[in-house]
Amino acid sequence: MGRGKTIARRAFLIGSAAVVGGVAFGAYLVKRPLENPLLADLAEGEAALTEYVRITADGVTLITPRADKGQGAYQVQAMLIAEELDIDLDQVTMEPGPPAAAYYNTALSEEAPGFMPTDDGFGANSMRSIMQAAMKVMGVQITGGSTTTADAWEKLRVAGAVARETLKAAAARETGVAVAQMTTARGAVILPDGTKIPYVDLAETAADIQPVEDVTLKDPSAWRYIGKPVQRFDIAAKSTGTQDYGIDFELDGMLHATVVTNPRKGGACWWINGDEALAMRGVQAVVPVTGGFGVIADNTWRAFQAAKVVTAGWSKAPYAAEQADHWAALEAAFSKDGQDSQYRDDGDIEAALAAGDVVQAEYRAPYLAHAPLEPINATVRVAADRVDVWTGTQVPRFVQAEVAKITGHDADNVHVHVLVMGGSFGHRLELDVCKQAAEIALTVPNTPIKLTYSREEDMAQDYTRQIAMARMRGTVKDGQVESLDLGIAMPSVVASQMGRLGLSVPGPDAQIVAGAWEQPFGIPNYRVTGYRAEELAPISSWRSVGASTNGFFHDCALDEVIHAAGADPMAERIRLMWDDASRAVLEAVAELSGWDGPSMGPDRGRGVGFCMSFGVPCAEVVEVTNTEAGIKIDKVYVVSNVGQVVDPETLARQMSGGALWGLGHAISSEITHFDGMTEQVNFDGFEAMRLYQAPQVETRALELGDHVRGMGEPAVPPAAAALANAIFAATGTRLREMPFRNHFKFV
Amino acid sequence: MRLTVDGTTHEVDVEDDMPLLWVLRDEIGIKGVKYGCGIAQCGACTVHVDGVAVRSCQTWAIDAVGAEVTTINGLGTPEAMHAVQAAWAEHQVAQCGYCQSGQIMQAASMLAQIPNPTDEEIDAEMSGNLCRCGTYPQIRAAIVTAAAKLREA
Repeated sequence: MGRGKTIARRAFLIGSAAVVGGVAFGAYLVKRPLENPLLADLAEGEAALTEYVRITADGVTLITPRADKGQGAYQVQAMLIAEELDIDLDQVTMEPGPPAAAYYNTALSEEAPGFMPTDDGFGANSMRSIMQAAMKVMGVQITGGSTTTADAWEKLRVAGAVARETLKAAAARETGVAVAQMTTARGAVILPDGTKIPYVDLAETAADIQPVEDVTLKDPSAWRYIGKPVQRFDIAAKSTGTQDYGIDFELDGMLHATVVTNPRKGGACWWINGDEALAMRGVQAVVPVTGGFGVIADNTWRAFQAAKVVTAGWSKAPYAAEQADHWAALEAAFSKDGQDSQYRDDGDIEAALAAGDVVQAEYRAPYLAHAPLEPINATVRVAADRVDVWTGTQVPRFVQAEVAKITGHDADNVHVHVLVMGGSFGHRLELDVCKQAAEIALTVPNTPIKLTYSREEDMAQDYTRQIAMARMRGTVKDGQVESLDLGIAMPSVVASQMGRLGLSVPGPDAQIVAGAWEQPFGIPNYRVTGYRAEELAPISSWRSVGASTNGFFHDCALDEVIHAAGADPMAERIRLMWDDASRAVLEAVAELSGWDGPSMGPDRGRGVGFCMSFGVPCAEVVEVTNTEAGIKIDKVYVVSNVGQVVDPETLARQMSGGALWGLGHAISSEITHFDGMTEQVNFDGFEAMRLYQAPQVETRALELGDHVRGMGEPAVPPAAAALANAIFAATGTRLREMPFRNHFKFV
Repeated sequence: MRLTVDGTTHEVDVEDDMPLLWVLRDEIGIKGVKYGCGIAQCGACTVHVDGVAVRSCQTWAIDAVGAEVTTINGLGTPEAMHAVQAAWAEHQVAQCGYCQSGQIMQAASMLAQIPNPTDEEIDAEMSGNLCRCGTYPQIRAAIVTAAAKLREA
């Protein structure tokens, strides 16, 4: 198959460069014309190459630019390189990529605005390629949008293959044996007589020759890693308390710090008084930071204790102070003026609604905190000539740029070291903690400062999941769904998030209708309208972003109309589905769950939820019992189509963990505001799923089509819908707002 | 004050009411013990004091004087895992892994007292430990495996 070659030429260029004691393989930032030989204009040592593989006498290092928040991203990236390089994972060391423009994330542009992920037409692909070019220019090294696997799929395999073939060429130069007669295995080139030459011994020669770019990727039948279950390389460390996270980072002479900023997020701090705090043991300084203050101490707890006695003057919230006003703002957005997009308008919805009995309802979904279990933190050391930042982040390039602005260094002299994260769910797309650590560290040059948020600060200052509302109407005809009209109102996540980086994004915000407008149902009269509410409390990407609310709205709305039609929830969804992969997903979840209708006997029921998000169709069936003590979730089935399974264990965990994430928050969680402040600031108020509530989850991944997709988010959106639909089947009560525990007890 | 942690004695100069969590992490340097909430709602900081699981964020340092404190780092090592840790690795429980130190310490303490726990007993003993990644089904499976192994031993 000559596909590898085509891919390498089209999308990016993998080359090599000499590094101290060896050779590195990686991607070049700028797409060069084909007739321009890759290395012709590169001087020796020119830093145009961004590494994926580095081979020196000391060993082989795989560089994995996408951050690992627990989703197994390092593992997946390493497997892709190792598959083509012919090396085993126990022979390599892994290094997270430093901030570099060439690590741009091309897969994020797959979610181009206004085109469905099922749309491969000219318009859609050209829009995607405009987005891709923009990503490249901006050099956005982002972990998010479930893009790690999609982004890495071709790039990292080609990097591995180019490295392998170049090492064979190096062996040919050293031995005179023809490349065609060589094989590779376990990190060595093998000659026809069985002699093994380890890659590390070929590194210097490989650095000296033109990289072999005309590579052929392996046939799937030859894969040793891809699609095979492997032990996660971090599992022993994570089972023995020996995995270090950002919060565990330590340097000699390091001091501890914490911050408190205006509890009305984004509000100003007028004054601070740290006199009492300064008298406390171990406290070294109380310093201003943007919107609040920091305390420097010799121990994290002493910093926390001191922060409690610092007094400060806070401004009012720069948004509506009371929760009821946030809901009112959403209600007000349902108007012509508030209309942001109408990407779907099939048939004649107004005529259809006028012709039949209309089913209508209103849905709500609250603000939610990210609340990864590791509170956010960053360690920063400011020296005259350089700044070092050690932190768990999804956006190292932004950290580099923003810290440089604060300390006044050139961005090139700001070194961001990405550390392992104790969860994120989108939280570590934000970088206030790094900016604050830089502000504090700037007051004590050459002293490393580890800034740790208290849980209360982490939750009170979280830029939450958006609040959202939906209004649905629908009609039926001859026992089938005839029309569905869905309007969704929310503030713009993209505007809030990009606004904090000083960027404005023109045009509609596709996230307002993501997980709704692009659903591949062939409903004769079908309209999805996005309404943009005014900016309220600051919000951010929360695992599955717009689809986290809209998957619930859209699928429950459809379920209501299907019920009105008297049709079976599974059969009618399958009948309406025009996308083959999505239909296969529904059929598979029906088969896996033994679906024979929503009723499962007295007080028992099952519901199906479907949502396509991030290009991945995902269907879930939830089974519940309405017990004397409350609703019990008995069992959950999850099926999705990812195109190609890279690491089946990691994938299954993302499917089951994503479903439980969606269910747990739907049951228990909300963030509300009072006097401009977040009312829930720890896990006593912001409740989350506990072990006793967690059902067994069965998963199945399909491998249909050409697109390789990631699974970090798509299992979230269908979960709340499947649960609400199951509760309806068991009790006859429709749940239209989260958290569900406001209406039912859960056991 | 003098603390015995994972079989080693440490002399520390801290306030009586400093939580054991922070003495372990910031003064002694045992980082396997995690901070998650500080109010005994998440269980990430779980350690054993005289064999019993406690939340180290709510245990004063002074109250651990004279007791045997065991942390995740003392329970076993990557080379010589405790049966519960080995079951956690076998079932590939961890995603981000941040809560797992506390989960493992809680499970080890439970199994020392209830060698063959029912599902209800597992629910009751383990529901104070929060996992945000959703590894609960794997935690349950690993406990069953560990319990069987410990009963054989």
